[in-house]
Amino acid sequence: MANIDLSIIWAIIIAFSIIMYVLMDGFDLGLGILFPFAPDEDSRDVMMNSVAPIWDGNETWLVLGGAGLLAAFPLVYTILLPALYIGVFLMLAGLIFRGVAFEFRFKSSRHKRWWNLSFAGGSAVATFAQGCVVGAYIQGFVTEGRVYAGGALDWLTPFSVLTGFGMMAGYALLGATWLVMKSEGHINQWARRLIPGLLFGVLAIFAVVGVWTPFIDDGVRERWFGHIQIIWILPALALACAFGIYRSIKAGREVMPFLLTMGMFVFTYLGLLVSRWPYVVPPKFTLWDAASAPESQLFLLIGVLFVIPIILTYTAWSYWVFRGKVRVGEGYH
Amino acid sequence: MELDPLILSRIQFAFVVAFHAIFPVFTIGLASYVALLQGLFVATRNPLWERLSIFWTKAFAVVFGMGVVSGIVMAFQFGTNWSNFSQAASNFIGPLLSYEVVTAFFLEAGFLGVLLFGRHKVPAGLHLFAAIMVAVGTFISAFWILASNSWLHTPDGIEFRGGHVFVTSWIDAIFNPSFPYRFAHMALASFLTGGFVVCGVSAWYLVRGREVEANRKALSMTMWLLLVAAPLQAFVGDEHGLNTLEHQPTKIAAIEGNWETQSGAPLLLFAIPDRGIQGNHFEIGIPKVASLILTHDPAGTIPGLRDTPVDEQPPVWITFFSFRIMVGLGLLMIAFAIAGLLLRPRGRLYTSRLYLRGLQFMTVAPFIAVIAGWFVTETGRAPWIIYGHMTQAQGLTPSLTGGMALFTLLGYMAVYAVIFVAGIYYLTRVVDHGMEDQIDEIERPMRPLSTTHVSFDKENPTSRG
Repeated sequence: MANIDLSIIWAIIIAFSIIMYVLMDGFDLGLGILFPFAPDEDSRDVMMNSVAPIWDGNETWLVLGGAGLLAAFPLVYTILLPALYIGVFLMLAGLIFRGVAFEFRFKSSRHKRWWNLSFAGGSAVATFAQGCVVGAYIQGFVTEGRVYAGGALDWLTPFSVLTGFGMMAGYALLGATWLVMKSEGHINQWARRLIPGLLFGVLAIFAVVGVWTPFIDDGVRERWFGHIQIIWILPALALACAFGIYRSIKAGREVMPFLLTMGMFVFTYLGLLVSRWPYVVPPKFTLWDAASAPESQLFLLIGVLFVIPIILTYTAWSYWVFRGKVRVGEGYH
Repeated sequence: MELDPLILSRIQFAFVVAFHAIFPVFTIGLASYVALLQGLFVATRNPLWERLSIFWTKAFAVVFGMGVVSGIVMAFQFGTNWSNFSQAASNFIGPLLSYEVVTAFFLEAGFLGVLLFGRHKVPAGLHLFAAIMVAVGTFISAFWILASNSWLHTPDGIEFRGGHVFVTSWIDAIFNPSFPYRFAHMALASFLTGGFVVCGVSAWYLVRGREVEANRKALSMTMWLLLVAAPLQAFVGDEHGLNTLEHQPTKIAAIEGNWETQSGAPLLLFAIPDRGIQGNHFEIGIPKVASLILTHDPAGTIPGLRDTPVDEQPPVWITFFSFRIMVGLGLLMIAFAIAGLLLRPRGRLYTSRLYLRGLQFMTVAPFIAVIAGWFVTETGRAPWIIYGHMTQAQGLTPSLTGGMALFTLLGYMAVYAVIFVAGIYYLTRVVDHGMEDQIDEIERPMRPLSTTHVSFDKENPTSRG
């Protein structure tokens, strides 16, 4: 009994870490994707400055999610990482390059072009890899016993490439709406102009993925076309958010488009979770199959429940400190 | 030749972990040093302490940043390459590694920001408190990592059920038999690393006549620290060895290059151990000294490698040579610490160019010694991943092919080469920039590296010095 409760608590903690990561690293990765298309170098400075104080805190959630999986659901960790071996490497390499570029671009003028390239390339590769992971996850994993038994590139399929591009469009949309909120003048105008196109791209991929997914797996089809019709509210809400983004951009709103884009991500994510619940390593293993020993889950839970509120408080505080517009020539450097 | 995923994964793990370890071993020592400088400033109000503290906080920030970036990779290595091991040991390893993450974030979220950016925002006492908490935090991080590592060498407090580890006593598992020795050994290694880096950089400034008063103070206090820490490390290392003799006799046999169990074993200064002939080439040894060191009795019995089946013997020559590199550098550190004491009369410690030059070279010695030391203990455990329970081959990811492992090995090498070159280059720029005109103008807390305002480019290479 205690085991069941702990596993559910841990599932909530890890699901929460993942969506926190997606939302928060999402907009700064999105800025990286938009980086090469920025109108001028001043805009690039503003883009980077708008996330400079917070971006590395955003990646906190990725590491917390990774370590938390090993402790609470080791089967997820030990099947997904071997299955996504090459993809995980690409993601890490991308994140490292953009992280280093972030730090050194400001301190360099002669080599700025290389750091720009490194920042944009790293962001794009990391995002694409994350999108492929989502696609691979929806498709499920080949296992034998309790280990992964597929090949090195099973994760790279037409479907996962599509979700990879979808993730890039989605993060770019998050980045553009973030920039609308944080910038002014010609940068703000540029970001605004991008949004309808990005939104359309996201919705188009969303539609294809939505139609395709039920054909991939009987379980998913059963979930969506079975008895629990209440879950249709999730894609409906995601679409409502998309509509709201378009309206609010047309109405010249500054903050609302970003909030609604986050809403769209959250509802899509919840939709993904209900498609597979309670399977955490589709198609075979539920979260209870994947759980570690209850005493191990409990041992870590004590520390995590203590620290998460502190991280959240600190995060909220630093966003509060850095609220408001970022102007050209006004950096934190 | 068939690519062997096991060998490639072992090389990859050795590479990423050795690379990563360089940074924390430095930051652990440096964090304590910064806290000490800050404490001296608060106690004496001498501005020289503050200048040193500002300078070394900047260096700390850069190294800490590089440690975080390289550490992200470590969080995934266990799953990508060692998934069978991770699955078997997750009930113990998982919570411990996660606690390290939790500790690091807790530290980073609160006190690091205050230490790096709060110098003029918060009262000096509170700033000192933040510095102490960061130093304590680095030790807590090391605590979790070393507890999990020590448990691989001397597993305790657990039972295997159905191929999985279950913890029966958290206290026994965390405070397993080799943990206290390994922790003390690494803590001292961190102090030696921080100490020799501070000495080397101070010596570099003194040779150039820059900021003489502050750097003399830094050199003097650090040499006193080294005079205690370097010989103490030899003692702790010896105790650690005795503990290993008790729990992992095969590792001791490999360290000593001793094949036949014998009493009155010689201390081999040089040899080329060869598993093929189950013996050594070109032995040069001092009779009975190995027995004397390990058993405190010249006639004591030392275990031999041949007691272990050939396929359970470690790669002897790596363990053997790594150990001699580590001990040789350790002895050199003791010699430098004593020489520093002898040079103190009439202040020759600060003026002897030969000695100061030597100290600059010694900056790299502790790093090499630390990596060599990890090679000793890790290769000495081979072929076991969990000593006596699970071999490295059993712990490997079953779906991993040689090609995949080679791809990521080369990839990580390329990625780390970029970080390392950029990071070290930037660090030398920070040192070159010096402490003469330190800006401390940051208004708001930010990321570690933004503590420094030094340009990445070398715009005016000859403007100073």
